Amino acid sequence: MTITRTDWSEKINPTVQNIPPSGIRRFFDLVTETKGVISLGVGEPDFVTPWHVREACIYSLEKGYTMYTSNSGLLELREALAVDLDNTYHVKYNPRTELLITVGVSEALDLCMRTLLQSGDEVLIPEPSYVSYAPCTVLAGGVPVFMSTGMDDSFRITADLVQSSITPRTKVLLLCYPNNPTGAVMDRDELEKIAEVAVEHDLIVISDEIYDRLTYIGKHTCMAALPGMKDRTLLLNGFSKAYAMTGWRVGYVAGNPDFIAAMTKIHQYSMLCAPITGQMAALEALKNGQPGMRRMVEHYNRRRNMVVQAFRDMGLPCFEPGGAFYAFPQTSVTGLCSEDFAEELLKEEQVAVVPGNVFGTSGEGFVRVSYAASLDDLSEAFRRMGRFVRRRGVRSRLISAPIKIQRPERAGISQSL
Amino acid sequence: MDDLTKQILELLEDNARLTAKEISVMLDVDAAEVQSVIRSLEDKKVILKYLTLVNYERLGEEKVSALIEVRITPQRDVGFDGVAERIYRFPEVRSMRLMSGTYDLAVFVEGRSMKQISHFVSTKLSTIEGVISTTTHFVLKAYKQDGVILEDGEEDRRLMISP
Repeated sequence: MTITRTDWSEKINPTVQNIPPSGIRRFFDLVTETKGVISLGVGEPDFVTPWHVREACIYSLEKGYTMYTSNSGLLELREALAVDLDNTYHVKYNPRTELLITVGVSEALDLCMRTLLQSGDEVLIPEPSYVSYAPCTVLAGGVPVFMSTGMDDSFRITADLVQSSITPRTKVLLLCYPNNPTGAVMDRDELEKIAEVAVEHDLIVISDEIYDRLTYIGKHTCMAALPGMKDRTLLLNGFSKAYAMTGWRVGYVAGNPDFIAAMTKIHQYSMLCAPITGQMAALEALKNGQPGMRRMVEHYNRRRNMVVQAFRDMGLPCFEPGGAFYAFPQTSVTGLCSEDFAEELLKEEQVAVVPGNVFGTSGEGFVRVSYAASLDDLSEAFRRMGRFVRRRGVRSRLISAPIKIQRPERAGISQSL
Repeated sequence: MDDLTKQILELLEDNARLTAKEISVMLDVDAAEVQSVIRSLEDKKVILKYLTLVNYERLGEEKVSALIEVRITPQRDVGFDGVAERIYRFPEVRSMRLMSGTYDLAVFVEGRSMKQISHFVSTKLSTIEGVISTTTHFVLKAYKQDGVILEDGEEDRRLMISP
């Protein structure tokens, strides 16, 4: 018998084959090889899940809560969520038919795309934005259409931008504010105008509001709470950021009951249910976690002020982020592209940040700096970054015009698919 | 107490080394204003002292501490305060509180050895007029002090880079 090797590249679905690997991967390896690194490249809270939540979870395990839950998730959790959404945004969801508990917002996003999209349907995605949106769209057969934003418009989309990106194939408008990686937030007036455009063109809005509670300027506007928008909005949220529960993987989607029922079909066959342990913890977080969450938000806000001041002092232009825990300074003033900046900063000063081009081509010339780090680490990191940019000729409080730079042609980094 | 005072105190309680400048950046207010609030808090003895929390165990330093429950007789006009003062003036007493319940004063004493503490209790504390009885509990292990877990195994375990 002859032994033949399977040619896997022939077997792998070309759609999957053609998706570039996450641009963060290569940089991640570089960071782990370097010693003494202070990382401002982490996209999760630096707080550990509050003890009362962990303790409640331990108790649930002791009591033997180790079984499946209903496909939709624990009813008690859905009921608590419905109350929370009503209290916070005055938007009412029926916990039995309009809420689905998922394995993080990641699964919720994937389910939305798979349930909505037919081959060739277009999804409008703001850019820079989180790395999953485009791949999830493509995997579901859709076509991502990026709406580029920049520092001049505070990384916000406008109704005009949405309007001008619409084609006869546009089906979905994705919103992600407060934004990862820019920290941008939307104001209610513009969202109302965008809502009008969505209604006019019969668009479904997927609104990823995972950072909603981490809003420092003004108040977060929930898309589903705008007049007439509840029925055409799929509201995505979860526990990861507000309650420092990233590893528990609990998220949810709220929306039209027919659509939730359709999503639940995919969810029940592919996932069955979100892990009960995480759901138990989430329930405790909702019941008793509000004061702790507000304290964490206060801490983030203090660091945010510190970060903005640090970049001002350094001379790196940075718009003031109104939400999440990221700042997105313009590093092109050093003459370096995002990747070179991140790589040289890591090598010379052992500070890790994420190159902005990972989040789409309009992120080129910027880096994402996470301030979900201790005050000591932040201070030290900014001292090192200050030294680094001074060596590149950037002078404190002197903002020069952005230098034209060459875009790197490296494969696997571009988000355009 | 206004919100700024509250926030300044919260920050200083967590880290007494923060400068007025650093606090002003974090709270997005004027540095001079922070400075004046702190000065006024110091003047009013709201802020009493800036301390360092030390874990002597880590240095292998032998330190003995004890909680002494003390029952005392209250006196006319001053109640418990008169006898209390005679006790808390001793430098051996690290902290002291008047309690509800079966005893009156919870006295925390620190010394170099059990012998030293016993000596203090038998020759000084229990002989003070008005002290009815003392019960000494020696501390076997300290887990947490002033909100800080002494042997905290919870380090930052997050991935160095994540989207």
